Amino acid sequence: MALLELQNVHTYYGKIHALKGISMTVEKGEIVTLIGSNGAGKSTTLRTISGLLKPRQGQVLFNGKRIDTLPPHEIVKLGIAQSPEGRRIFPRLTVLENLEMGAFLYNTRSPEYQADLDRVLTLFPRLRERVSQKGGTLSGGEQQMLAIGRALMTRPQVLLLDEPSMGLAPVLVEQIFEIIQTINQQGTTVLLVEQNALQALSIAHRGYVLQSGEIVLEDTAANLRDNEMVQKAYLGLE
Amino acid sequence: MAVDATVAPTTARRSLGEVLGVVFGPVGQLLAFIVGSAVSLALIVVVLAFILSPTQPDIMQRVVIILPQVIIDGLVRGFLFATIALGYTMVYGVLEFINFAHGEIFMIGGVVGATVSFLLVSTGTLESIPPLVFVLLVILVAMAFCGMLAVTVERVAYRPLRGAPRLVPLISAIGMSLILQDLARLVMTSTPLGFNARYQTPNFGQPIQLFTMQLGDRSVPVILSPRDLIFIVAATIMLVVLNYVVNATKLGKAIRATAQDMPTASLMGIDVNRIVALTFLIGGALGGAAGALFGLRIGTVNPYMGLIPGLKAFTAAVLGGIGNITGAMVGGVVLGFLEAFVAAYLSIFTAGNFSGAAYADVAAFSILILLLIFRPSGLLGEATTQKV
Ligand SMILES: Nc1ncnc2c1ncn2[C@@H]1O[C@H](COP(=O)(O)OP(=O)(O)OP(=O)(O)O)[C@@H](O)[C@H]1O
Ligand SMILES: [Mg+2]
Repeated sequence: MALLELQNVHTYYGKIHALKGISMTVEKGEIVTLIGSNGAGKSTTLRTISGLLKPRQGQVLFNGKRIDTLPPHEIVKLGIAQSPEGRRIFPRLTVLENLEMGAFLYNTRSPEYQADLDRVLTLFPRLRERVSQKGGTLSGGEQQMLAIGRALMTRPQVLLLDEPSMGLAPVLVEQIFEIIQTINQQGTTVLLVEQNALQALSIAHRGYVLQSGEIVLEDTAANLRDNEMVQKAYLGLE
Repeated sequence: MAVDATVAPTTARRSLGEVLGVVFGPVGQLLAFIVGSAVSLALIVVVLAFILSPTQPDIMQRVVIILPQVIIDGLVRGFLFATIALGYTMVYGVLEFINFAHGEIFMIGGVVGATVSFLLVSTGTLESIPPLVFVLLVILVAMAFCGMLAVTVERVAYRPLRGAPRLVPLISAIGMSLILQDLARLVMTSTPLGFNARYQTPNFGQPIQLFTMQLGDRSVPVILSPRDLIFIVAATIMLVVLNYVVNATKLGKAIRATAQDMPTASLMGIDVNRIVALTFLIGGALGGAAGALFGLRIGTVNPYMGLIPGLKAFTAAVLGGIGNITGAMVGGVVLGFLEAFVAAYLSIFTAGNFSGAAYADVAAFSILILLLIFRPSGLLGEATTQKV
């Protein structure tokens, strides 16, 4: 049984049919990437998994149980965290308070919380220096680290990452992808949405290609990298 | 040990100093505005008196002698608006929606207080309970009742409309406001309370004479009535507690997170509907307490007494920068002082042509309109301090 599974999911924004029957699986321990061009429906897929959007048809299963009827906070409680598109840091809370919100479900006086906090601040040392700075005053890269760190504070089994490399300098992109790999090796399953298909495919085990709300390709990351259509459309190779 | 050392500075447990900082920072700001408005308005009236003194030799004396009393009056009015304004601003901060029924929650706080008082009178126990116990009793009952009522109103009249165009919940709030008025009227006129319900209290004792203003041949005692004192003390305690809850507790931070970004707050495992309910609970409880204290001060309550204080408190919230908690308190205090000064001095400066009491509202609102034209984001604006 897959850890996370989407079965024929249709999601709408009013009359706009954004997801037209998506089916995909994420196995425990994997990094799975979802690539596709602007407006393909990648963020919509993640929002549907997190419960921010309700599919009009189809199901989302987590550990074999339906979750598409649950509100977002219940889904977080089950173990699915998301670092959303555009980071969505709470601008007027400090870095530490943002992380504390990630641990909203847990006792923030417990040693476990301290351990989580230490883990996140070890992954992102730059955040440690800025714990009492307001989230809104962080640089884009720092906000991205905070968004990922905050999601980790929810103790997820699956981490949904929506374009973690967007707007970052190449060195930082490199670094963020290394950290994602580290997080995965530490035992968290990752579903990674990326425009930067080359980077994504280099760390992922498997991938799906999304086009206008439909999955047009699925394969191992290595095969996708060699796929002619993927090379043309997403890797900028001729 | 080494690990502990690195973790220590980032611990979520704040030191006492930090907690005092986040709680009393806003309160200090409020204090600055209290002193600032009192001093600047006092300066204005003194300068005006000086300008007019060639034609009216005794005007300076008449102005200065009542000054301390006007400042006390301004403080009481200001705290009244501040406690009500918090309900508007917190709800606005979280939902970006103006809960026009909040003035009625305030009114019902008064009615609840009067009802408690009525029950005590009719059982003959009113005179036998200590005044402080009485005050605590009416405040707590009004807070509990109005807090629950505000939560119910949200659940019934606003939550089903979330996501609808902005005007829709606004209309629902206006409807709710009329319904609450008429319900209160129905209950009051069909019970011994009556339309104008008396709000009896135990004997709070003599007014406290702070000092005597001595100017030339005039001498005027500066008086603080026990009811005013109760109001000021109770409002101060509520404001400090609110600042503690919002700034230093995890739930308070969740309220702020929800206000800043509701979908993302839900991705943190925060049940945003519960946070919205909590916001209404706090705002309703504060409004109810303000109503119970207000009724106790003026001695009678009626179903329509929420309208004007509600509107003024809303204005205070906008004045301070709506959505901003410190702003609501500051806006309330500034508005209270403006009103008190206009009420006391307008007739003196217009040689009795305009009664200050009658024109206080007009004058205060005119000044506010001017302020808002030049500072549309309110006194504290967007960026300066904590929005919710
Ligand atoms: N709030 C919304 N209201 C209406 N339509 C929306 C909304 N959000 C997204 N859409 C539409 O749904 C489709 C999928 O959008 P989505 O944000 O999922 O794309 P994406 O693959 O994440 O794109 P990008 O790479 O640009 O982030 C697009 O056509 C978009 O215009
Ligand atoms: Mg997207």
